[in-house]
Amino acid sequence: MSGTATRQGRRGRRLANTLGLLFSALMAFPLYWMLLTALRPASEIRHSPPRFWPSQLTLEHFQRAMETPTFWSNVRSSVIIGLGTVVVSLLIGTLAAFAVARFRFVGRRAFVMAILCIQMIPLAGLIIPIYLLLSDLGLTDSLTGVIVTYLVFMLPFTVWLLRGFIQGIPVELEEAAMVDGCTRFGAFRRVVLPLLAPGLVATSIYSLVQAWNEYVLVYVLLSSNDKQTLSIWLVSFQTSFGTDYGGMMAGATLTALPVLIFFMLVQRRVAAGLAAGAVKG
Amino acid sequence: MKTADPPRPRTRPKRPGAPGAHRRRALPYLLIAPTMLALSAVLGYPLVKLVLLSFQDMTRKELFAGTDPPWVGFKQYRSIFTDAFFWEVVGRTALFTVVCVGLTMGVAMGVALLMRQVDPWVRVTMAGVLVAVWAMPIMVAAAVFRWLTDTDYGVVNWALGLLPGADFTGHNWFANPWHGFTVIVLVVVWGAVPFATITLHAALTQVPAELEEAARVDGARGWQLFRCVTFPVIKPAFVMVTALMAIWDFGVFNQIWLMRGGQPEKEYYLLGVYSFTESFAVNRYSSGAAIAVITVLLLLVGAVVYLRQLLRMGEVE
Repeated sequence: MSGTATRQGRRGRRLANTLGLLFSALMAFPLYWMLLTALRPASEIRHSPPRFWPSQLTLEHFQRAMETPTFWSNVRSSVIIGLGTVVVSLLIGTLAAFAVARFRFVGRRAFVMAILCIQMIPLAGLIIPIYLLLSDLGLTDSLTGVIVTYLVFMLPFTVWLLRGFIQGIPVELEEAAMVDGCTRFGAFRRVVLPLLAPGLVATSIYSLVQAWNEYVLVYVLLSSNDKQTLSIWLVSFQTSFGTDYGGMMAGATLTALPVLIFFMLVQRRVAAGLAAGAVKG
Repeated sequence: MKTADPPRPRTRPKRPGAPGAHRRRALPYLLIAPTMLALSAVLGYPLVKLVLLSFQDMTRKELFAGTDPPWVGFKQYRSIFTDAFFWEVVGRTALFTVVCVGLTMGVAMGVALLMRQVDPWVRVTMAGVLVAVWAMPIMVAAAVFRWLTDTDYGVVNWALGLLPGADFTGHNWFANPWHGFTVIVLVVVWGAVPFATITLHAALTQVPAELEEAARVDGARGWQLFRCVTFPVIKPAFVMVTALMAIWDFGVFNQIWLMRGGQPEKEYYLLGVYSFTESFAVNRYSSGAAIAVITVLLLLVGAVVYLRQLLRMGEVE
């Protein structure tokens, strides 16, 4: 009796494993195909029927992609925009998150609701007035304009995520520090900040990735080629190179790689932070 | 900053007249002030401006001259609501959202449940793949899927050609909008499944093992066990992810814009794309603004579901 049950269980597990691997293969295939196309010689890319294993590898497509005139200045723009957004949003987001997590004050609930609502407004819907506002301020075609706008769209998320991380730090630690003579700020700096560091890293990388990936706003705002970001570069690459899929996939890999690495580093924390709201039943 | 604050745990009741009590009461407001300021300047103002714009008639002329556009009242809305094409776009957007959300949540729920059944090394593989896909920028996803569905050398045409009786040689996926949208839905779902799966899987780990064990002893099996025991526990997470997905899919822009090379045909318009092209391709900024206002109002339906769920779970005390 129990023998059949375990055999059935084992068969069920093997079936589940097969299904899981099949799903992984299907999901991962576009990524594999991107890498494969980027790394194989042009003659093999247009081959019918397609070959699923490379016979030789080459970096010529990467070389071609990186030799496009604006590549390095676009990398620079992407990095400046990403870092600028993250630094400022962390600075002011941490303050607000601390207020929401540690104080009870009139209007706290309204503030949290506003943050949550704003998080849901799609940037594409507001692109017209933001464009008009920045053009009034003379900030179109300027990285500052982009940073300010990204900042505002990252802030709600930053506050929400950091709030969760701060709540995870026992308030007694701060109280103990204050009993020992620390000021409120001193307690924050010496006790909360070190414990919050992983949360800050996770939040900042997540924001960095969002800024790196954004497309519409920079497409509308930045008109000079050398100020545009990598996302614009990749898209214009597609138009200028037509059906040079080798170069296109190399460009796609170059754009995705930093994001992938950073994301792998922090996903566990971010997923936990995002899910925390969803899981508490 | 405050140097003389005596220690005071936040849970203790207020002591009126305590030195510094006034300043302390101001502290949280000082802390949220920069955020409030940034949000109201760069989000609040444009939001108001968007609504105003939809009651005006702004064209290229006013944009360049910097003059105030004429006030036209409800004219934009009237012409939009009487335009059959607008309703077609609304219907298409709704259908698109339902299909994308349905597919995403179906797949994600299935995979999240599957992840509980597999061996640890398979689970790690699945999680790794999910995170890698989650990290993919939309531009990259669009480029890769365009290559996969390429008319002449796309691997999808080749693979479908292997099916008995099917001939997909030289099939152009974007000539027919139904086929084109199939590809776009695939891109969207492929990109959305990781977030949904990881969140649902995290929720599933919170389901008490004893609960399911007890139900199994009582004879509950398979679907019944899921419907009556497992699902009610993860329902809050499920509702939240569904609402978020609906909000994101309803406002979708990038995937369509990029898959159609920045020039989507009218058959590919969804509300986001429609509003954008009205403004930036045809230069009818006010008409575009009115469509954006309508989109945001429709999105609020999803937002209300999401917020109600948060409130019910006591996340926003």
